[in-house]
Amino acid sequence: MKLALGAKLMAVVLGASLLAACSSGSGNSTTNQKVELTFWSWVPGIDKVVDMWNTAHPDIHVTVSKQAQGDEELTKVLTANQAGTPPDLFQAEYQALPTMVSNGVAADIKKYTTSAQSAFAPGVWQTVTLGTDAVYGIPQDSGPMMLYYRKDIFDSMGLQVPTTWDQFAQVAAQVRQKDKTKYLTTFSSGDPGWFAGLAQQAGSSWWGVNGTTWKVTINDAATQKVADYWGNLVKNGLIDKQPMYTPEWNKALNDGTLIAWPSAVWAPGVLAGNAADTKGKWAMAPMPQWNAGDNKTGSWGGSSTAIAAKSKHIAQAVQFAVWLNTDQAATSALVTNGGIYPAATAAQSGPALAQPPDFFSSQTDFYSLAKQIAGTAVGVTWGPDVNVTYATYKDAFAAAITNGTPFTGAVDTMQQDTVNDMKKNGFTVSSG
Amino acid sequence: MSSAVTAGGRARRRTAPTRVPYAFLTPAVIFFVLFLLLPIGYTVYLSLRREHVSGLGLGAGARKEIFVGLANYRAALHDSELWRSAGRVLVYGGLLVPTMLALALLFALLLDVPRTRWRRFSRVAIFLPYAVPAVIASLLWGFLYLPSVSPIQWVLEKVGVHDVDLLSSTTIYFSLANIALWGGVGFNMIVMYTALRAVPREIYESARIDGASEVQIALRIKIPLITPALIMTGVFSTIATLQVFSEPTTLRPLTNSLSTTWTPLMKIYQDAFARDDIYSAAATSIVLAGITLVFSFGFLRLLQARAFGQER
Repeated sequence: MKLALGAKLMAVVLGASLLAACSSGSGNSTTNQKVELTFWSWVPGIDKVVDMWNTAHPDIHVTVSKQAQGDEELTKVLTANQAGTPPDLFQAEYQALPTMVSNGVAADIKKYTTSAQSAFAPGVWQTVTLGTDAVYGIPQDSGPMMLYYRKDIFDSMGLQVPTTWDQFAQVAAQVRQKDKTKYLTTFSSGDPGWFAGLAQQAGSSWWGVNGTTWKVTINDAATQKVADYWGNLVKNGLIDKQPMYTPEWNKALNDGTLIAWPSAVWAPGVLAGNAADTKGKWAMAPMPQWNAGDNKTGSWGGSSTAIAAKSKHIAQAVQFAVWLNTDQAATSALVTNGGIYPAATAAQSGPALAQPPDFFSSQTDFYSLAKQIAGTAVGVTWGPDVNVTYATYKDAFAAAITNGTPFTGAVDTMQQDTVNDMKKNGFTVSSG
Repeated sequence: MSSAVTAGGRARRRTAPTRVPYAFLTPAVIFFVLFLLLPIGYTVYLSLRREHVSGLGLGAGARKEIFVGLANYRAALHDSELWRSAGRVLVYGGLLVPTMLALALLFALLLDVPRTRWRRFSRVAIFLPYAVPAVIASLLWGFLYLPSVSPIQWVLEKVGVHDVDLLSSTTIYFSLANIALWGGVGFNMIVMYTALRAVPREIYESARIDGASEVQIALRIKIPLITPALIMTGVFSTIATLQVFSEPTTLRPLTNSLSTTWTPLMKIYQDAFARDDIYSAAATSIVLAGITLVFSFGFLRLLQARAFGQER
């Protein structure tokens, strides 16, 4: 009897595994007539946009899988790729693309994209070519940086909207003089992408390609200047030093403790979620400039739709990605449902952006101003280990803030760590 | 199908009865191999390898996995950040483990005193935080630590205590230990309390007849008798401390005081998933596992003679 039970157990286990094998086998056999594509993305409401595609294209069916934003999805895609089952299409932040390419995840789709290129500004297109001859994605949204400020508080405190960083520092000091409970803004050790955008504006490009050599210049003069500037503001107590995206920060934005935020074009969505009480009280202006009369900005965030090199239907996947990011109806739906700022030039003055965002209802020229600013965003080349640089940013700047050491040292640490990591992995690297 | 198996089984039973235990063991062994031995083996394999990139590292075939021997281990052992993180965890554990075990023992002894009222309620109330996942507990406490959203800070301000930073680089140790304490006391208390309930009541009765007070019974009889339970909770707490991850990871975005490599396990996670270097992470994992083993066995060795002496 005992053995019988044991044998039955074995039979059940074996049977179950056979069943599992059968059911996983049957998935592949039905793809002959209709192409099935999987798509990983974190854009809110992306499923509605994909539904539009699926209705219009019965032969290419796209299934969306909602993912966590940014690094978490990146990790998941890398892992899935290693397991041999990456999604056909995935959302990739611009700075993550080189990592994806270098790990063999993202496919070179140049031969399918000859007509799509003209829909984007050259600076935007550069972020998906990585400065090479290949094309690794279709740009979806961009994040040109601009200055957000509490118009009501600026007015009541008699503050001028700063147009240069010198003025920005003066305003920061005025705020502290007039009201000890308030800060102009905060320096966040938690947001490397934000600092990268500030450095781009000052003219820094952290990576570059020179033949077959990567050039890493994270601690160049421009970045040192930016780090030194913010380090002094923090050291002199002129601005706050708490990280962004914490309950504390939300409250500070909501109750007027923080009254300005150098951020990107997508900020209205964040403010609406994190500081709901301040609706209609904010205004947007171009970023302060390093030299009076300049007209430049950096980018914080922005992402593309990339296609997996292991996908069996690369041509169809590109067809979908191009539609998603250039088609008038699709980009409009992305704007309304996902709250993204489209990368395609035509879409930036599309009907969905005719009205200012709800949260900024009083600033009627919001999107025409945004389009102007977007045109001044400097192009950028990202490297294959931005993840390492970003991780080091968090620790190095957090330590500099807690220990009161110069920010320029933190930038040097980022440079060293990035170069060491690339050398360890065998990349050909030169610093400067 | 099933009758055929049964018949086959009967036929075999006569010839090889010794196979029966193995048949029963099979599922356990399969799972043990699949979900423990294989992953450990794969980790060891990964720890001896590394990815090597050529040139720009773009394009197909630019990345190759190569065998590097013990290079990853050498790098891990020479990594000063790993040892600093281990040092931080020692301080954290030095605060946490004694406090947690002392409180758990105190509560267990109090619950075991015959006159204690609300026993069931207190037991559940003290145990309940253990049911809260560490991430949720950390989020919860994170809100309580942040100055402008915290009722604790609000009360402190009202009574005239200003600018208490519960997330500064020194107070963070206490704040983190507090979260683990809140979650861990109940579990350890239950283990000790269960051990106490297993002690024959007659021993206490005779002690009382000899004139021992409740405190004397607790110190002279109860604690020595539940030493094995104390050691077990001690070992478990030490292991949990060496592997602390969720609490500092959840609190990290809230403050400049916690680095992404604050504990050894956070460093491993950082290497594997933020820096995409699973090979170093694998080597460091093995090193950490080794240290944990040495710690727990050392701890056991140290106390074994006293605790289990009578069992030899």
